[in-house]
Amino acid sequence: MKITRQAFLALLAAAARAFPRPRRMAMAIDLAKCWKDRGCTRCSQACHAAHNVPQIPDRRREIKWIWKDRFENAFGEESASPAVAGAPVPLLCNHCEHPACVKVCPTGATFKRASDGLVMMDEHRCIGCRYCMAACPYGSRSFNWSDPRPFLRTIDPAYPTRTKGVVEKCTFCAERLARGGQPACVEVCPPKAMVFGDAADPSSAVAQLLQTRHAFRRKPELGAGPNVFYLL
Amino acid sequence: MTVLAKAMLGGRAYRWWLTALAAAIVTGVLLWLRQWHQGLAVTGMSRDVAWGLYIGQFTFFVGVAASAVTVVLPYYLHAWRAFARVVILGELLAIASIVVSLLFVLVDMGRPDRLLNVLLHPSPSSLMFWDMLALAGYLALNVIVARAALAAEIDGAPPATWTRGLVLLSIPWAVSIHTVTAFLYAGLAGRPFWLTAAMAPRFLASAFAAGPALLILLCGAFRYDIGEEALCKLRLVMTYAMTANVFLALMEVFTAFYSGIPGHAAPYSSWTWLSGGFAAAALALALGRSRYAPAAVFASLAIDKGVVLIPAGFIPSPSGAVTPYIPTAVELGIVLAIWSVGALLVTILFRVAIAARELDAGASPQCLAS
Amino acid sequence: MSERAIIATGIALFLAAACFPFYRNAAAPPRPLVLPLPAGERECIAPVAYMRASHGDLLLAWRDRVVRSGERVFTAPDGRVRELSLTRTCLGCHEKAAFCDRCHDYVAIGPDCWNCHVDPRRPQ
Repeated sequence: MKITRQAFLALLAAAARAFPRPRRMAMAIDLAKCWKDRGCTRCSQACHAAHNVPQIPDRRREIKWIWKDRFENAFGEESASPAVAGAPVPLLCNHCEHPACVKVCPTGATFKRASDGLVMMDEHRCIGCRYCMAACPYGSRSFNWSDPRPFLRTIDPAYPTRTKGVVEKCTFCAERLARGGQPACVEVCPPKAMVFGDAADPSSAVAQLLQTRHAFRRKPELGAGPNVFYLL
Repeated sequence: MTVLAKAMLGGRAYRWWLTALAAAIVTGVLLWLRQWHQGLAVTGMSRDVAWGLYIGQFTFFVGVAASAVTVVLPYYLHAWRAFARVVILGELLAIASIVVSLLFVLVDMGRPDRLLNVLLHPSPSSLMFWDMLALAGYLALNVIVARAALAAEIDGAPPATWTRGLVLLSIPWAVSIHTVTAFLYAGLAGRPFWLTAAMAPRFLASAFAAGPALLILLCGAFRYDIGEEALCKLRLVMTYAMTANVFLALMEVFTAFYSGIPGHAAPYSSWTWLSGGFAAAALALALGRSRYAPAAVFASLAIDKGVVLIPAGFIPSPSGAVTPYIPTAVELGIVLAIWSVGALLVTILFRVAIAARELDAGASPQCLAS
Repeated sequence: MSERAIIATGIALFLAAACFPFYRNAAAPPRPLVLPLPAGERECIAPVAYMRASHGDLLLAWRDRVVRSGERVFTAPDGRVRELSLTRTCLGCHEKAAFCDRCHDYVAIGPDCWNCHVDPRRPQ
């Protein structure tokens, strides 16, 4: 049987529809904009309220999805010139291209979504072995050492809490993306320092930024391929 | 009465020993229930130091289990008859150690009720999946082989020929369980203290020192004479393996400090140095043929591998923080209980094996009733 | 008493105790539970008999579709497009305390959904 040129193209188009080009969701954080107000914690507040992240007084047991740490702690002593030393850098899950946490998870409770590259947590499946916490080179994961609910002042019923004994982390607001929204931190950021989108789409704002600005990532030498970029 | 039933009986000291073990186990179960209700917050672990004593002890006892190979290999592969009296004890010690190591994994889990998820959603990319397979297989191999050997001994017959294949399989399998356990840690890009190709060889070396040391100590505790030649050989294996272990540890120190990469030197804290010092002292005792060498070797490795190695890997945290890890009383109580489970298993299994051996040798098992 | 008799008595006592729920219910049959249905809604997303028997399986299937496949909506048999959500779709109509909890109590099971998912009417 011979396939006509027209039929071949039609087949290709059908295949493209059936297998859409995977997106690669990424975030670029413009540190100069972020540093306009170094004491600002709006991103963590918005995130933690939206996702019922508890405020645990014992710092050793805290749970955090997005938080700030000093520049040299985020990028290493060697990379911090006096100009940036001590400056607060927003840190969150990097939704890596090759996530170590996904590789080590013995149940597939944490997995990388093929459609958009989000590193997801299935809290229903997590057995609490904390192997992902040992594997993550960025300290992005938190464990519920005890029941989180007593540490929540208010609970937003639109999002579940977690139980004791499971690991959690930032999900790039998968639930908001599903409704066509942006991550809570991106939306709330007063100086609009965070830009989020599909880095695989050259016309997206985040792809444009990464094309034109100097962008760097945490611990690139480990080969994890973080999808959170910092601009300076 | 069967040999088994007779071996369970004993004198006053023996009954006190069992009572003490039972008390420790019951206390541990109660503490574990508390951990189950309140969460792992009852331990000293934290966001930065996510694994502690439980996973350390798991690692150490996988090593003790693997070390059965130090008696199985010479006896079965090289027909080295001097180990005839001790080989079954090595296999039984492996069984108890695997049970202990699995219990340590269980108590470390945040959601032990979801344990079966590891089987329901098998994940071959995770070393933990392979470790589970390796440990389960090794436990099964040793149970089958030791059971057949014991049954043969009680009947006064040579072990069934079909067990030989399983015994030979258990030799590489023993090496694999500890290699895979080392890979759990040595494959993590973000943990420079563990990220070393020498991890698996060092695990094997320390295991082959700690195992024979414990075997020598246990034979002494049971007043079981394995013969001068066997004892001598066990001490030799222990000493060589300990030498290799200390040598490999020094290689790590060289690489970490000569390379000057900050992340590689940072995990060396006073605890690391202290346990390294213990290991060196134990090695000196072994080389000097001190009678305290087995105890020193075993203790120093139980500390180095079972206490220090795992928390040290979490220092510093990915953002450079040094969070101290101090085990809590609850944690220590649970560890003591799991040790007691191991001690109980060893007590019963060794008594049965020794009774069977005495029966075989024509002696009366009455000598056990002390 | 011989050992045999002691053992037999023990087994008999155990069975008598273990079977207590059966003859208690046989003596006084439990009254059927009448659950309040949402006012203003005539139909659930599937026939009542199916929902009564299999809502647990349905929710587990929803859970996997949302969490693992990223699907968020489905078309119910009545043609309406709805969200795959326990909190928004199910609890949008049903009252957790009066509907879910009462029946779960009645049949003496404790699903652990509520350890994480929150009743929107009583968000603590």
